[in-house]
Amino acid sequence: MSSAYLLRRFLLAIPSLLGISVVLFCVLAMAPGDPFEELTLNPNIPPEVRLALRASLGLDDPVYLRYFHWLFAMLKGDWGFSFVSRIDVDRLILQRVPTTVAVIGTSQVLAILVAVPIGVLAAARPYSLFDQIANTMAFIGFSLPTFFTGLLLILFFSIQLDWLPMVYQSTLRETGWAWWWVQIKQSIMPVMVLGLFQGASLVRYVRSSVLDVIKLDYVVTARSKGIGQRKVLIRHVVRNALIPVVTLVALQMPIVFGGAIVTEQIFRVPGIGSLLITSILANDTPVVMGVTFVFACLVVLFNLIADILYGWLDPRISFR
Amino acid sequence: MNEQDLRTMIEEVRAGRMARRAFVKRLAVVGITAPMATQLLMHSGVAMAQSASTVPSTSKATKRGGGGVLKVLWWQAPTLLNPHFATGTKDQDGSRVFYEPLAAWDADGNLKPVLAAEIPTRENGGVAADGMSVTWKLKPGVKWHDGKPFSADDVVFNWQYAADPATAAVTSGSYKDIKCEKVNDLTVKVMFDKPNPFWADAFVGATGQIIPKHLFQDFMGAKSREAPANLKPVGTGPYKFKDFRPGDTVLGDINMDYHVANRPYFDSIEMKGGGDAVSAARAVLQTGEYDFAWNLQVEDEVLQRLERGGKGAVEITEGAGCEHLQLNNTDPWTEVDGERSSLKKAHPSLTDPAVRQALALLIDRKSVQDHIYGRTGIATANWVNNPPRFRSPNTSYEFNVDKANALLDSAGWVRGSDGFRAKGGAKLKYVYQTSINQPRQKTQAIVKQACARAGIDIEIKSVVASVFFSSDVANPDTYPKFYTDLQMYNTGPGRPDPGVWLQMFLSTEISSKENKWQGRNTTRWISKEYDVLHTAAEAELDPVKRVALLIQCNDLVIKNVVLIPIVYRPTVSGVSKRLKINLSGWDSNLYDLADWYTA
Repeated sequence: MSSAYLLRRFLLAIPSLLGISVVLFCVLAMAPGDPFEELTLNPNIPPEVRLALRASLGLDDPVYLRYFHWLFAMLKGDWGFSFVSRIDVDRLILQRVPTTVAVIGTSQVLAILVAVPIGVLAAARPYSLFDQIANTMAFIGFSLPTFFTGLLLILFFSIQLDWLPMVYQSTLRETGWAWWWVQIKQSIMPVMVLGLFQGASLVRYVRSSVLDVIKLDYVVTARSKGIGQRKVLIRHVVRNALIPVVTLVALQMPIVFGGAIVTEQIFRVPGIGSLLITSILANDTPVVMGVTFVFACLVVLFNLIADILYGWLDPRISFR
Repeated sequence: MNEQDLRTMIEEVRAGRMARRAFVKRLAVVGITAPMATQLLMHSGVAMAQSASTVPSTSKATKRGGGGVLKVLWWQAPTLLNPHFATGTKDQDGSRVFYEPLAAWDADGNLKPVLAAEIPTRENGGVAADGMSVTWKLKPGVKWHDGKPFSADDVVFNWQYAADPATAAVTSGSYKDIKCEKVNDLTVKVMFDKPNPFWADAFVGATGQIIPKHLFQDFMGAKSREAPANLKPVGTGPYKFKDFRPGDTVLGDINMDYHVANRPYFDSIEMKGGGDAVSAARAVLQTGEYDFAWNLQVEDEVLQRLERGGKGAVEITEGAGCEHLQLNNTDPWTEVDGERSSLKKAHPSLTDPAVRQALALLIDRKSVQDHIYGRTGIATANWVNNPPRFRSPNTSYEFNVDKANALLDSAGWVRGSDGFRAKGGAKLKYVYQTSINQPRQKTQAIVKQACARAGIDIEIKSVVASVFFSSDVANPDTYPKFYTDLQMYNTGPGRPDPGVWLQMFLSTEISSKENKWQGRNTTRWISKEYDVLHTAAEAELDPVKRVALLIQCNDLVIKNVVLIPIVYRPTVSGVSKRLKINLSGWDSNLYDLADWYTA
């Protein structure tokens, strides 16, 4: 892996990011409505007030001017401010990061912890009872949308049993151990819903990847040398089989930051996903731009990381 | 009973010849409700009994604090805490935890002093006889949360702040046409450029919340966004600021120096936002996780099911928002000088009074209430429904397909081979638009069915709410453009006085290309008679006469079927069984927060 290769990849990322930002900006500019919709129906607010508000936010300028304003400010590190809450966009996003990482990150970890062992074991004995059950569960898992499982869990654990709260709070008053207790209780449902959904599709991926490797000649050789089944599986099969899985997980990492719009909405988790959806609904262009742009950057970055990881894990793949 | 009789009776009460109670009773005989009667008295300058809403809570809480945490749920979260930039009720409510106005509107549309020592009236000299000014006396001894005294300077500053065009405040509509002057430290005079019968606008209610001069004076005009206090409000309210996460949570702690004795009851308040209305209702009514849920725009059937959970109940607050059907007076299908629905081309069939009357007979309002809205939408014949003093007794509605058929027959609209009526070249075929919203689509279906029975062909159209309610000049599907024959939505005066709201039928307010469709008169109805009546009402300082004039305005609109009111929509909140509160349809949901307590 040469540094020239890395440099080239970085340079290539710049035009793609610029392209993404232009497309995003145009789509948002073409979308109907403005942040002051609620005022249109209020007879006590004269139309000129609404027009003055629009003008004060520069919404009446031509789209290309607004875009360049945004771009140059962005290059200087100024993300602009939210039309709706009048707070700097970077601050608004940063405020949401801890909760997002806590909830979505935990669910990703859960997904991996569940998917890898189950996938490997299922592949080790294909078409066994365990494999059948794992497959069926995985199928159900990724067929059920999160809004459905989320509501199901709420119905069961919050309403019937009254064990878990249905509203997630980012500002708990408890401290010390009590804080952990409440935090875990309120995280269980969103983390389960997301983690199991992600895990279900990952199981199938791990399984097929292990199945591909387990039939290879070198595995047979290892077995015939008399190495125990367990050792063969862990040292020889899983290590090679997980290379594509690692890439897949790396490519999924931006999702951790992007949040999960539906799940966040159901459990009122104040993550980046819910920030994005409320900003879209409120036509809050700077925030939508900020969030989606961070997201785009992360996708580009993790693609790069995945490529590098791939080469590192499998030296046969060379970079030119 | 006519205006003269009323006036004589009010005089008798004033002179002490008739007891208040007897007055109320006599009016009840002729169908005027008790709140309406007392309001007539108040507006005529007869001293009013203590605003009822302050009584029940006062009797309970005998000391400040001790109530634990108050948990309230707003399914649209507050996004900012500066009342002058609040674009919706969610932001006004978030600010109202910390900030207060001079006076608030209670449920009956009466004023209740908050930062004012008393409500200005003609009698106490607060309201000038010529209607050109009003003088507010401030409550002494009020302190901001940081300990600085609250004074007339703060009030005057709020006027300067909001009226400055560079600030671009949302509240500027209330402040830009007034002048404000400090008389002394505890007295402020508000002056108008013309006699103003509805003087209780600036510094009153949800838009009248007052921010401290000492923290905002350096951030007027274009710098308004930079004020640190935008995010850390320092107010006079019952709770002090603790934490704010835009779009998520507002936290407040008890203000131990609050200016009302033994208030507030709760030690802290937690305002959580986000999610959707149904699950918010669930968290209060079914699981009891929260004490209060705001604006439950949920079908009544669902609410009733959730109420069976037993943890809370739905509270209905009277307001004046009216779901209605507008009839276009201009032709939406012909383009004249670059605009459709132009004044230069009248509608080919909807200008016929018989057709309009027939349509009014074909709207089954009772069914819409019974089968769609339940408690959250009440069938009505009137455009102005609340406060009760403005509700016209002269109107009525009925659903009668036969009568509609007869009316159309006699007007010469003959059924064609397809079963739909026509006359000359004009067919009774209408496009009926509204926003995408389940109850609205159900209402459309009910109307379409009834119209078909009378030989009127209705084509249903639904537009995404963010387009329909926008003022986007480039989009043909917005409600101000009204490029269809019929349209339906909900609008209200937003204050306990319909004066400004009723401007929407003035001939000067016609929505057109010329004013970029900013005019409020979307039906493009023109009536000299209405213009004269409304102008007279807006200059009338005598409250009784003014009410009579505004009722006449309403009646004229109904008589001419300018629009067809369907149901009026009260506000719906979810309240836990243990929480005792007062809500008002005319002010912020938290207008009485200091008095909230749990039994």
